[in-house]
Amino acid sequence: MIPEAWYTTLSAVLFSIGVVGVVVRRNPLVIFMSIELMLNAANLSLVAFGRRYGSAEGQALVFFVMAVAAAEVAVGLAIIVAIFRARRRLSVDDLSLMRW
Amino acid sequence: MAAATFIIVALIAVGSALALILKRNPIHGALFLVINLACVAVLYLTLGAEFLAAAQVIVYAGAIMVLFVFAIMVLIPGKEETGPDPRRAVRLLALPVGIALFVQLAIIVVGRRVDGPVPPAPPGGVESLGRLLFTDYLFPFELTSVLLLAAMVGVLVMARRRPS
Repeated sequence: MIPEAWYTTLSAVLFSIGVVGVVVRRNPLVIFMSIELMLNAANLSLVAFGRRYGSAEGQALVFFVMAVAAAEVAVGLAIIVAIFRARRRLSVDDLSLMRW
Repeated sequence: MAAATFIIVALIAVGSALALILKRNPIHGALFLVINLACVAVLYLTLGAEFLAAAQVIVYAGAIMVLFVFAIMVLIPGKEETGPDPRRAVRLLALPVGIALFVQLAIIVVGRRVDGPVPPAPPGGVESLGRLLFTDYLFPFELTSVLLLAAMVGVLVMARRRPS
């Protein structure tokens, strides 16, 4: 039996990589993929915790996270396509309209 | 045996995640993300979550990544990040910040470790998950269907070509 600390440590590594990806990259599509990476890391630790306490509730939570992630990706990609249509460019540095 | 499997799959997962954020071409990044999602599905299997492993492959690696690849093809990117980065110095700060975040998470993981015997897995696997979803989590389950419908309608409205 693998200790659940291994899974949570791997989850922490993947989450940190996702955070760095969101900050470093300029392409909104890659930023979105990094967000998916972070969601997956959180899911992995949820399943590991659920296994640790011998309940299926962690898996139920992951099920809902997957559904919300699917909706989020669909809406986000529609927004990116709309921005691309309006500006013909695709870089997050250009999107400073709401900057304070 | 189980530990060796975990280490190999974890190394592939971390390597593909790094490749996702380092590769300049978004298509390559998307394919590396598929590898990463498959590795996480294997880890779900080792944790006894068979239904989630299947759902991970079908929903994430199947539906969501097809959507991503389709969007990448439509938007013809790959030309956005070729020029010099005007904020390179600020962006390089992300590396120490990410390492600091990982150190904090690792401290929490190690510090809050729960010792003691691991209880047996819930009997039935998929059956216990389904029973949970349709009894205790029935209301969130139905809300999820409303959320998906709202997302679908919203996407149709947003992606529509407006008559100008």
